[in-house]
Amino acid sequence: MSDTPIIELEKVSKRFGQPNGALSRLLGAKPAPVVQAVSDVDLSIHTGEVVGLVGESGCGKSTLGRLVAGIMPASSGQVRWHGQNRSGLSAADEKSAKLGVQMIFQDPQSSLNPRLRVAEIVGEAPRVHGLIGPEGEDSYVDAQMRQAGLDPSLKRRYPHQFSGGQRQRIGIARALAVQPAMLVCDESVAALDVSIQAQIINLFLDLRTDLNLTCLFISHDLGVVEHVSDRVAIMYLGRIVEEASAEIVFSRPNHPYTQALLAEVPRLETRKSRFGAIKGELPSPLNPPTGCHFHPRCPHSFSRCSQEVPVLREIASGQRSACHLNDQA
Amino acid sequence: MPTLELRDLHTDFDTRAGVLRAVDGVTLSVGRGEVLGLVGESGSGKSVTGFSIIGLIDPPGRLSSGSIRFQGRELVGLTERELRKLRGRHIAIIFQDPMMTLNPVLRIDTQMMEAIQAHERVSTAEARRRARDALGQVGIPSPDERLSAYPHQFSGGMRQRVAIAIALLHNPALIIADEPTTALDVTIQAQILAVVQKLASERGTSLLWITHDLSVVAGLADRIAVMYAGRIVESGSVDAVLDTPMHHYTRGLIGSVPSRNQRGHKLLQIPGMTPSPLNRPAGCAFRTRCPAADAVCETEPELTNPAPGRELRCFHPASNTAVAA
Repeated sequence: MSDTPIIELEKVSKRFGQPNGALSRLLGAKPAPVVQAVSDVDLSIHTGEVVGLVGESGCGKSTLGRLVAGIMPASSGQVRWHGQNRSGLSAADEKSAKLGVQMIFQDPQSSLNPRLRVAEIVGEAPRVHGLIGPEGEDSYVDAQMRQAGLDPSLKRRYPHQFSGGQRQRIGIARALAVQPAMLVCDESVAALDVSIQAQIINLFLDLRTDLNLTCLFISHDLGVVEHVSDRVAIMYLGRIVEEASAEIVFSRPNHPYTQALLAEVPRLETRKSRFGAIKGELPSPLNPPTGCHFHPRCPHSFSRCSQEVPVLREIASGQRSACHLNDQA
Repeated sequence: MPTLELRDLHTDFDTRAGVLRAVDGVTLSVGRGEVLGLVGESGSGKSVTGFSIIGLIDPPGRLSSGSIRFQGRELVGLTERELRKLRGRHIAIIFQDPMMTLNPVLRIDTQMMEAIQAHERVSTAEARRRARDALGQVGIPSPDERLSAYPHQFSGGMRQRVAIAIALLHNPALIIADEPTTALDVTIQAQILAVVQKLASERGTSLLWITHDLSVVAGLADRIAVMYAGRIVESGSVDAVLDTPMHHYTRGLIGSVPSRNQRGHKLLQIPGMTPSPLNRPAGCAFRTRCPAADAVCETEPELTNPAPGRELRCFHPASNTAVAA
C-alpha cells in the first residue's frame, strides 16, 4: 500500500438547493430549503483497498459516491486524486483522473442505453478516449465481455435481451473498458436475486485480485459489505460516524448507531430472534437535529449530544468514531 | 385443523406464447399461530401462490386446479361476494409496496374506518377509535393526529405500518405478507418485524411470510418452504432446513448468502439462472443448474418425506450436512 492515497476527501460537503437571490428576497419569497447531503467528510482510500460505505436511505452515501467519482462537484472541501487537488488539475490530467474512477450503478436497466447494442455500450468509451484504434475494437470488446463473464457472441444484442444479472455484467464491462484504477459501486448488487447476487459478488472478488482494483462499495446491505470490504465507513445523515477495518467494525463497533445497525441485521444463524428496534426513523436532512445527528434515537444520549457536534477522531488504532461517549471513559 | 391448507394448487396464465404455469402443484399448510416462510427468487411463483389464496388472480391468470382450505372451508369456487366477506376480515394481505394498499387521495382515517365498516356495523366514532388503537399498536407516534394525514405525508416505513394496521383491524386468522419489508431500511425492517412478531404470538395469528430473504425468515419463521419454478422443492422446520438443507437449490441459496465466516472468500454460487416459466426443463426444473443431476432427473421427482415434518422433491438429496462455510 503506497503512502499517498489514490483518493482523499478533506472536509468535503455537498449542499443541494440554492439560497434565494437578492431579488426574490426583496419580493419576500420564502427561503429555499437547502439540503446538506454530505457534510465535512474526511475519507481516504488507498490503492487496492475495498472500502464499504454503509448507511440507510437518505444518509448521503450515494452523493458521496458521486463526489468520489467526480460526477458531481463538491460544494466545499477538497477531493485529491493521487495527492493532487482534482479541481486544480490541467484539462488533460482532469480527463485522466475522471477516466480513472468509474461507476457501476444499482439498476442496470436504466443505466444502459436501450437503443445501443452491447458492443457499442462497451466499446464506445475506449474508442472515444483513444484507448483503442478502430481495428482493435472488436477483439477489445470481446476481451472486456469475457472478463465480465459474458459470452462475446452476444455482443450484437440489446440490453433488454439480457437478464438482470447479465445486464449488471454489461455495466461492469462498460466501466472496466476504460481501464479505471478505481470503481465506485453504488448498490450494484442490491436489485439482484440472491443466487445472482452471489455470482456478481464473486465476479467482483475475481476482478479485484486480477486487476488490483480499488473500490468504494456503497450498500445498505451489511452482509454484503462485510463480505467484500477491507475497511468500512458508516454514514448517518451526511456524516461519517465510524470508520475502521471490517473486522473491527463487525466485532467491536464503537458508535451507538453502528451497534444498533448491526443488531438489526437479520442473519441466517439467528433463529427466532427478538427483533428489537432503534427508536424512530431517519430525520429529514432538510431539518437535521442539532449536535450529534443521532442523538434523538440514541439510547445513551446526554445533554452534550444535542449541543455539540462530535468529531470523528481516532479512538483505537485504525478505528475512528464520532461520539461524545468516548470522551467520558 | 390447520388454518390454511393448499393441496396441489395450480395457477396458470394464458399468454400468447403458451400456458405459463406460475404455480405448478403447490401443497402446504399453515397451522394456527404458525409463521411459515415461503422463500424463492423472482419468478418462482411465491407471490402468485399468495395471491391465489385470496382470489387476487386476474385474467389471463386462472386457478386451474387444486384446493385451498381455510379453517376447513374450501375457497376454490367461492363467488366474488363470498370472497369479499373473507378478505380483510379473516384473511388479510400486506403487499411489498404499501401504496398498493393505500389510496393516495384519501386520508388514513377515511380508509381505515371504511375497512372497519365494510365488515361490521359500528358507529363512526367507534370505528375511529378502533382505527386509532390499531395505529398505536403498530407503533405510530401520536396516532390521533396521524389519523387525519394523507399517505404521502408518511415515510415508507410508516406507510408500511399503516398497511399492517389495516391488515390487523379485524384480527384476521391469517395474514399473507408479500415481501413487506424488502423495500425498507434495516432499522425500519426490524421495527416492522418486531410489531408483526409480537402480534402473531399474542393473538395466535397465522402468518404466510413470502420473501426472497432467507435471513429474515431465519429470525421470524417456524417453518420454511423453498419454492423453485412454481414448485415447493423443500420444506421443514427453520432449523432443519437451514442447518441441513437437502435440496441442492436450498444449499445453493444458503451458500449465496454472504456471512461472517467467509469474508473475502468466494461464495458458493448457483450457476446459470432461473429458467423462463415458458421453457422449463422437463422433470426436475433445477436439473440444468444442479451439481448432482443425472438422467433420472429428467423424470418428475415426487414429494417425499425424508424425515418427520420434512418434505423434499429430489432424487439425489444432499447428505445431512451443513453448507460449508
